Amino acid sequence: MEQSRPLWDNPLQFVFACISYAVGLGNVWRFPYLCQMYGGGGFLVPYFIMLIVEGMPLLYLELAVGQRMRQGSIGAWRTISPYLSGVGIASVVVSFFLSMYYNVINAWAFWYLFHSFQDPLPWANCPMNRNYTGYMEECEKASSTQYFWYRETLNISPSIEEHGSIQWEQAVCLILAWLVVYLCILRGTESTGKVVYVTASLPYLVLLIYLIRGLTLHGAVNGLVYMFTPKLEQLANPKAWINAATQIFFSLGLGFGSLIAFASYNEPNNNCERHAMIVSLINSATSIFASIVTFSIYGFKATFNYEDCVSKVILLLTNTFDLEEGFLTADNLEAMKNYLTSTYPNEYTELLPQIKNCSLEAELDTAVQGTGLAFIVYSEAIKNMEVSQLYSVLYFFMLLLLGIGSMLGNTTAILTPLTDSKFISTHLPKEAISGIVCFVNCIVGLIFTMEAGNYWFDIFNDYAATLSLLLIVLVETISVCYVYGLRRFEKDLHVMTGHKPSWYWKIMWAFASPVLIVSLFVFYLTDYILTGTLKYQAWDATQLRYTRYIYNSSLFNF
Amino acid sequence: FTGLKYLFRAMVAFAMRRYSSKETTQISNVLLCNVTDRVSFWFVVADSSKNVTTIPRKNVEAAIRMNRNRINSAFLLNDDTLQFLKISSTLSPPIEPSLPIWLIVFGSVLCLILGGIVFLIVSGIRQRQKKNQASAEAENLEDKHETIVTTENGIPCDTLDFKAGHINGVYAAADDERFTPL
Repeated sequence: MEQSRPLWDNPLQFVFACISYAVGLGNVWRFPYLCQMYGGGGFLVPYFIMLIVEGMPLLYLELAVGQRMRQGSIGAWRTISPYLSGVGIASVVVSFFLSMYYNVINAWAFWYLFHSFQDPLPWANCPMNRNYTGYMEECEKASSTQYFWYRETLNISPSIEEHGSIQWEQAVCLILAWLVVYLCILRGTESTGKVVYVTASLPYLVLLIYLIRGLTLHGAVNGLVYMFTPKLEQLANPKAWINAATQIFFSLGLGFGSLIAFASYNEPNNNCERHAMIVSLINSATSIFASIVTFSIYGFKATFNYEDCVSKVILLLTNTFDLEEGFLTADNLEAMKNYLTSTYPNEYTELLPQIKNCSLEAELDTAVQGTGLAFIVYSEAIKNMEVSQLYSVLYFFMLLLLGIGSMLGNTTAILTPLTDSKFISTHLPKEAISGIVCFVNCIVGLIFTMEAGNYWFDIFNDYAATLSLLLIVLVETISVCYVYGLRRFEKDLHVMTGHKPSWYWKIMWAFASPVLIVSLFVFYLTDYILTGTLKYQAWDATQLRYTRYIYNSSLFNF
Repeated sequence: FTGLKYLFRAMVAFAMRRYSSKETTQISNVLLCNVTDRVSFWFVVADSSKNVTTIPRKNVEAAIRMNRNRINSAFLLNDDTLQFLKISSTLSPPIEPSLPIWLIVFGSVLCLILGGIVFLIVSGIRQRQKKNQASAEAENLEDKHETIVTTENGIPCDTLDFKAGHINGVYAAADDERFTPL
């Protein structure tokens, strides 16, 4: 008996699935960083141009291919041309790499979420050392949030060669994260379709709460003003444009095969053109929304640290010179420092190395991205808010939803070709295939729970998907336009959506997007070649700072 | 400020009395010197029994340490805001619960997820069993009818055979709703 292909219950589930997949952690922790580095408000110009030139056309292309071929990535490309089935296999392999390391982030989010139910929050204070005479030295020199991340969460080793042992706490959280993913995908679109209602919409609720909380925090305006003032001279910097293109490309999740898989469960007459535009616009709008929240949090944290620094200086000076309480204030500090220098020159010069120069600019300038932003900077800001447990729970729950939403897309990209293949699906039921995929990924993912795991994570994060995806999407575009034929594709779209694609889409597919991808590809290749030996940042527990080590090829002798 | 100085001298006298269990120290024995605007000063405790001597530093230090909490509370301050130089405060050891809290939350979430997975798998297996049974039964039924009786419109032909074939029961019962209308 021939089973008909499972479908989404309604088009809304499909849109939500795409949004939940595309809106991921990158919108929260990468876009604000790029905005800050490349000209603040001015970065939006290259961002939107790239969205129109590259984002929307490529997204529409992938959705249309999936919807037309009604198969996962391997089957779809094989249908276009048997010589192209390698593209599908490449997509599945890249998705596999991604799902191996991405779920570790969900494990960390679970760890922080479970630790948020304590008063005070465990990263708010330094733990004490063995003799109870003071705080742990590593924590005193760094900060309590950094200590919690590097020591208590990761227990990081000084370099990638020292593997250390598997941290059982992290391993257990990783297993839980995979169980959650398994629960969501085990029935295919039936279960995934219901879950995406939650993973797509709840993060917006949390972001809204954080927006209101963030904007009302003391000092938030400093952050917003500083970050959003456009520094238009950055527009001349080619890196700004390259990063805008890269961000659009990877944020939409093109090339993994997930979009093709999602679209293959659509009704054949679904209007994927409209959906492609909606999804890409919502993705970009969410990035901007999240960066407003992030910048107000930055502003709050920077102002808090600045005022803390100033009050420490005031205390130091008041104690040393036995001045009256309240003699020195934040406003007259500079003037009084000059007065003290002239009145007590000897003692003042003795004291000079201890007096820090507090600067709000310097605090705001610390640009952080990635796991550092999500787990160190945000938790530092949260610990200073009132009712910090509530905000902590909300925040890490949101990170979880975003991460799981993206994982659903990745695992669907791997599972759809597997369940499509008649050979496998006759021998094993759907639940067993999903179970095996989750199990294998989980076992491999245990590498990232070792002491050196975060360094391996960085390797995968930086190099596993970048060049491969550019190549995959380039081949996809060229094959649809020139191998399959633009006219044939036009006709298919006419059948599916009811009208022919306008000249704008055709020009983008045939010329603009391929040219853009080729230039990105060339740029990254030359960048790798010119960098020479690749370096990574290691956390040095003895000196409490980052040192750069070279990747040693011998580290692969496990 | 003088009121606070008096309170301080009283607290130190009280601490000395508690420490040495002698009721001899008077408030007048505690002397403050080098008082600055910063509200910082030196103090000594004179020995009332022997004239012009002071109680050694060790004893005073021990007395203060013993009653540190009370002295702090009297001024509504804490170890950070009321500092005795060279008397380091002992930090209170952290309260470690028997089972870390995060394990409790982790355990509950884990049980929920496992329950959900088991439920979905079991209901999936049951659904498939029912479908297999239903299709198996349907096949059985069709076999039976083919060997035993021929049916027309779901009705066995024998019952339509009136008067040994002279009357066709189909037309006789044409207005019966079992048949499709002409």
